[in-house]
Amino acid sequence: MKTPFTTLTSRALVLAADDVDTDQIIPARFLKGTSKVGLGDHLFEDWRTRPDFPLRERGAKILVTGNNFGCGSSREHAPWALVDWGFRAVIARSFADIFKENATKNGLLTVALPEAACVRLELALKAEPSRELTVDLATERVFLPGAGWVGFSIDPFAKHCLASGLDELGYILSFADRIAAHEQR
Amino acid sequence: MKRTLFDKIWDAHVVAQEQGRPAVLYVDLHLVHEVTSPQAFAGLAERGLPVRRPDKTVATMDHSIPTNGLPIADDAARAQLRTLADNCKKHGVTLYDGDSAQRGIVHVIGPELGYTQPGMTIVCGDSHTSTHGAFGALAFGIGTSEVEHVLASQCLLQRKPKTLEVRFEGAMPEGASAKDLVLAMIAEIGVGGATGHVIEYTGPAIRALDMEGRMTVCNMSIEAGARAGMVAPDDETFAYLKGRPHAPQDWDAAVARWRELRSDEGATYDRSIVIDASRIEPMVTFGTNPGMGIAVTARVPSPDDADPGERAALAKALLYMGLSPGERLLGRAIDVVFIGSCTNARLTDIRAAASIMRGKKVAAGVRVLVVPGSQDVKRAAEAEGLDRVFRDAGAEWREPGCSMCIAMNGDMIEPGQYAVSTSNRNFEGRQGRGGRTFLASPLTAAAAAITGRVTDVRTLLGGVE
Repeated sequence: MKTPFTTLTSRALVLAADDVDTDQIIPARFLKGTSKVGLGDHLFEDWRTRPDFPLRERGAKILVTGNNFGCGSSREHAPWALVDWGFRAVIARSFADIFKENATKNGLLTVALPEAACVRLELALKAEPSRELTVDLATERVFLPGAGWVGFSIDPFAKHCLASGLDELGYILSFADRIAAHEQR
Repeated sequence: MKRTLFDKIWDAHVVAQEQGRPAVLYVDLHLVHEVTSPQAFAGLAERGLPVRRPDKTVATMDHSIPTNGLPIADDAARAQLRTLADNCKKHGVTLYDGDSAQRGIVHVIGPELGYTQPGMTIVCGDSHTSTHGAFGALAFGIGTSEVEHVLASQCLLQRKPKTLEVRFEGAMPEGASAKDLVLAMIAEIGVGGATGHVIEYTGPAIRALDMEGRMTVCNMSIEAGARAGMVAPDDETFAYLKGRPHAPQDWDAAVARWRELRSDEGATYDRSIVIDASRIEPMVTFGTNPGMGIAVTARVPSPDDADPGERAALAKALLYMGLSPGERLLGRAIDVVFIGSCTNARLTDIRAAASIMRGKKVAAGVRVLVVPGSQDVKRAAEAEGLDRVFRDAGAEWREPGCSMCIAMNGDMIEPGQYAVSTSNRNFEGRQGRGGRTFLASPLTAAAAAITGRVTDVRTLLGGVE
């Protein structure tokens, strides 16, 4: 069972880019394994050598980024790598569909916030990079200490899965009779 | 209630739908490959579960398998391929392995062998599963957790997506192809333009495409962020499928059923757009996502002219690509040409490329790889003598696989090199670390192969039979 997601308080890294694709999150040459473990070592491998790239040391559990995060390949290695590195939440303007699904299944919370709210977070983090954010799933709020909070909305079932660590396959298999009936049609 | 094609297929596959929860959706065909399945099979083993329907599960080796015809030198790739073989053997899943005479790219062999059929729900741990929507199937890519769900239950949890109609009016001019059509669409709506939607492609320019062209269009739906892309089946579809090894036995009944698979007159989509196909020119991408595309004769856009929100991304893309705002790509020297991938490695693609390269030589210093999508495509092309056309020109005629589209199998471009590629993604490093990709059609790629430069293929078409 996955660890339930309740409240997360952590430093946050800002990755100021739109359309970050899963080939950047984890390049294909690291997809030859047969395990989910250890992919964090290669998270954003090809961007890490850039002097302005924010990902240096592990510690921050929240990533703040732009539009359409996680577009491209369906590889679940992308959330595996993010989680293996230590991230537990990604705050973005928007997410690609498959990435969002894959993230939730690995206990990685995806928070979509409007542009203005993201800019506010980014400015605050730029002024004081060590500042901690709090993401509270139950109330669907992101708190910036001393600067209030912004609300987000999340699909109720995704919220339930994250909050309870629900086993989705177990849920599907609870419909075994109806699956069998469908197959008889 | 008038329903779209998508609604009809969706409704027919909902096994259960509880209030406020995603639907439990039945999957008719589950395609599997070596890269996104090992952890799913491992999950099954941990739970002690069997594959529920091995008869609805089909596996192939494509992503990490080399295309040079030599034994696999990469230990990790060899272990991954062996894992797939072991898993398929253990669970009784049909596998088109390295020795199979039908092996190929998962999205090439599914249709080719007649597994892909109208009205089906089809999934695979691969985003280009949208390809199969060309047959009027609901087909989409899933993650590995979902691969495990489908292996165990033949079902998936899915929230119902929205619908987007993309209607292509008019007829495409000479020199433009299905690839140009879809690149033009993505350039127009953007790489996130169809997020949350299933696209239904309609209109005369779509009807005029053969099945392989429709597959090319549906294949790249995901590059606009769409969950899936689909085309209502018609006589073209049925003619393609007839006689395929896994086509239905009760053929007439199947066709009668398939003829019902169209959006009802007056059915509404959540969104609709119209594109004039008669204005489509050969396209080429200049940037680092598939939405950064222009007509081959056009100039690279300038960040100064872009929307404020896109300025930084455009500048970053041009920096990576080594291009200047306002320059023309036409005439730019290139290093590599790749003709292949699940987007453009079918027989008509190979024929199109051969029509340009016949009797010509590859430009000096340019490496050209032609990688058929499957063993069937390879044999059919060789029966027509197309392998000779490429070999005589100085191109490499290789074994089927994903090859240089994903660059995890030994085929890759070198840092700084430029490639004209018929594949689907021009992301940074996609075809090799530091490599730079111009996406284009097989015609445009073949033109670049013989000139060594980004070329308007229309200038070469005069001499072609």
